Amino acid sequence: MKLDSKIPSGPLAQKWDAHRFAMKLVNPANKRKYDVIVVGTGLAGASAAASMAELGYNVKAFCYQDSARRAHSIAAQGGINAAKNYQNDGDSIYRLFYDTIKGGDFRAREANVYRLAQVSVNIIDQCAAQGVPFAREYGGLLSNRSFGGAQVSRTFYARGQTGQQLLLGAYQALSRQISKGAVKMFPRTEMLDLVVVDGHARGIIVRNMVTGEVSAHAADAVVLATGGYGNVFYLSTNARGCNVTASWRAYKKGAAIANPCYTQIHPTCIPVSGDHQSKLTLMSESLRNDGRVWVSKKKGDKRAVRDIPEEDRDYYLERKYPSFGNLAPRDISSRAAKEVCDEGRGVGATGLGVYLDFADAIKRIGESQVRERYGNLFDMYEKITGENAYQQPMRIYPAVHYTMGGTWVDYNLMSTIPGLFVLGEANFSDHGANRLGASALMQGLADGYFVLPYTIGDYFATAKQPKVQTDNPEFKKAVNGIVDLTKKLLSIQGKRTVNSFHKELGALMWEKCGMARNEKSLQELLRQIPVLREEFWKNVKVSGEGNDLNQDLEHAGRVADFLEFGELLAMDALHRRESCGGHFRTEFQTDDGEAKRDDANFSYVAAWEYAGQGKAPILNKEPLVYEEVHMSTRSYK
Amino acid sequence: MNLTLKVWRQKDGRSKGKLVDYEAKDVSEDMSFLEMLDVVNEGLIARGEDPIAFDSDCREGICGTCSMVINGKAHGGQYGTTVCQLHMRHFHDGETITIEPWRAKSFPILKDLITDRSAFDRIIQAGGFVSVNTGGAPDANSIPVPKDAADAAMDAAACIGCGACVAACKNASAMLFVSAKVSQLALLPQGQPERERRVLNMVKTMDEAGFGACTVTGSCEAVCPKNISLDFIARMNREYGKAILKNSCHAGGA
Repeated sequence: MKLDSKIPSGPLAQKWDAHRFAMKLVNPANKRKYDVIVVGTGLAGASAAASMAELGYNVKAFCYQDSARRAHSIAAQGGINAAKNYQNDGDSIYRLFYDTIKGGDFRAREANVYRLAQVSVNIIDQCAAQGVPFAREYGGLLSNRSFGGAQVSRTFYARGQTGQQLLLGAYQALSRQISKGAVKMFPRTEMLDLVVVDGHARGIIVRNMVTGEVSAHAADAVVLATGGYGNVFYLSTNARGCNVTASWRAYKKGAAIANPCYTQIHPTCIPVSGDHQSKLTLMSESLRNDGRVWVSKKKGDKRAVRDIPEEDRDYYLERKYPSFGNLAPRDISSRAAKEVCDEGRGVGATGLGVYLDFADAIKRIGESQVRERYGNLFDMYEKITGENAYQQPMRIYPAVHYTMGGTWVDYNLMSTIPGLFVLGEANFSDHGANRLGASALMQGLADGYFVLPYTIGDYFATAKQPKVQTDNPEFKKAVNGIVDLTKKLLSIQGKRTVNSFHKELGALMWEKCGMARNEKSLQELLRQIPVLREEFWKNVKVSGEGNDLNQDLEHAGRVADFLEFGELLAMDALHRRESCGGHFRTEFQTDDGEAKRDDANFSYVAAWEYAGQGKAPILNKEPLVYEEVHMSTRSYK
Repeated sequence: MNLTLKVWRQKDGRSKGKLVDYEAKDVSEDMSFLEMLDVVNEGLIARGEDPIAFDSDCREGICGTCSMVINGKAHGGQYGTTVCQLHMRHFHDGETITIEPWRAKSFPILKDLITDRSAFDRIIQAGGFVSVNTGGAPDANSIPVPKDAADAAMDAAACIGCGACVAACKNASAMLFVSAKVSQLALLPQGQPERERRVLNMVKTMDEAGFGACTVTGSCEAVCPKNISLDFIARMNREYGKAILKNSCHAGGA
């Protein structure tokens, strides 16, 4: 496989403009002749579907939720970055670009990140015009807050529900196109295969999750905006339904997956309370603007919070990273929390937690100000834990939150299969080895509103593929394959539930490939996953039938894919003999415990290519060439 | 704690349903209500029985997917809480809990506790948006919005579209849901150009979908997990009245 990133030549700041001019256009009257399939209706999918329909393309949009409005982008809390410099504090496109590259530990593609920073300003304009109720100052202008990994205030927000409001903006734009007949929407419909004809992506196979009907859909291009793979860890902040199936089945048709080992562990989540736990809940990073993170200086300190005097408290982030303090980037904050818990200084019944304390903030600005800023988060914390965080510190612990790796795409967001485009969290391109806070919403909307609508036209104008219908043998073959897979899952009738396999896989992944990894743990993991997978296919018990609403069957298909994907993630983690961003190999660290990169040997994107059932995947490398920035050691001290 | 559950089981939209008894044993007070059901389902699957189908996704109270009536109350009656965030510490040992789906003609049951809420999507499609295409927006700070208006719009925009308001209403009225979107956009300068046609079209679609009339009992507000205020219904009625009057003037009387 040859990886061509298609990064335009010329100076960094002019690449996107030059490329937009160089790309071929489809004239307005011809756009209606092209059919596009969009899978997923989160920020990236909904914004892409709406924008392409506005341009005149025929769009079919699919989501597994009962409504496009419920995609998991809705759960993003804190905010969205944009280089508006409204605060006059020294922000610029270049600074947002640099912060993102540095935050990603110099493992992202320079040209993509610069473009992201450029279009960030358009996103805010677009969303404000849609009626997104961003937070405002008394003068009526937009308000900003600061976020981890940045020293300027460039984060726009709508209380603690920014993702919800941005998604509803995109959902409403999509709804408008549905009402015009420009988008045909298929909710409660799950993509189960990609169809490739003559080397080009030409359609998908889906299952209607209410009737169980398996059907084929043909198009001129397919867009995946299907989110991340955090649920391979079972417990994560992702929604229960989030899965890797669309990306994984596209992988098996030739779409390489890049850097799967770059997983983000978010430092501020509510700790696990017991074995029944079905998901983890994030407490927005924005809390770290006013909350102070600490643990006792003494090991196994069982004293109540109020009995631990100030001199016995270790505000370890402020101590270790004085210039960023509690706002150190996510990977660094998470590892620091793990470190103090590993030392036996963790808090709460399980010892897996640290305090996030608002006592000083309440003294400084008063409880009502704290309530105004974070009220909904404090309420959510109380619902889950039964504790009042105005009166005692929150307990937090890191949890899997976001996955930077994903399907490899070129500068046009096209995968290694021509005609298959991948957007948002599902692709790998912009965050390198670690994503900064408030940048996921930015990337999803950048891809959907301002990148894909341009680049897909260039593909249509140059690829010039003949029309394909679903009576093509490739579609028939794919439909039969899915029908057979469903039958097979239902016929095993073993002794273990689907969920028990998912839980066991997740526990293995978290223990051996979570916040810290090493050669030994990864090799163990690579022995254990195939054993578990084999047991799954012999001993899983899937209830019900294939021809109706069957949530157990849906889950079984997703777990089957996680059981394969987890292995690829572990292989990638094993091969990358360095630490960078969210990928921390314990063998590769500095004397003071920071990630130690190896630029000489690992300054590349690892794109894994499917080689067939039972064969080791092929590693392809895209070198990361930095024309503009100097690769330095990340320091937040 | 140990509990007895009476759960609505219904194979599909065409079949008749009934309440079926289940035992939930060794329930921890730290479980969410849905995690308690997960455990019950694991037991059912292991015994070869069909698990209870229910909707949920984010499990942090924001996606609006989860939807069930517990002991006669939508989302279980805990103030400002979706059922996914309702925890078992609010129940006690030995209790019998009745669990039913949203009950409304406009939300047909698909299976067990799962209903079809696509009528809400159709209402938004009828006008719950600002008609701006991607790309043509002016600078975001070129249109100042008074903080009070932005805050009030956000209060309305917080609606998660779960449908609890419909389930709680004796008339299965969707007025709280519709008024939240109408109010959000009517409060903001961006929503002004389409203000009248929006409310007219959304209300028309709401009526066509079979939702009932509002008699202002406030049962919707009482169960709303996002505390959407009844004031928005008053605002929508005003918007609707103004739009009807203006439209009839323009048309020379209707």
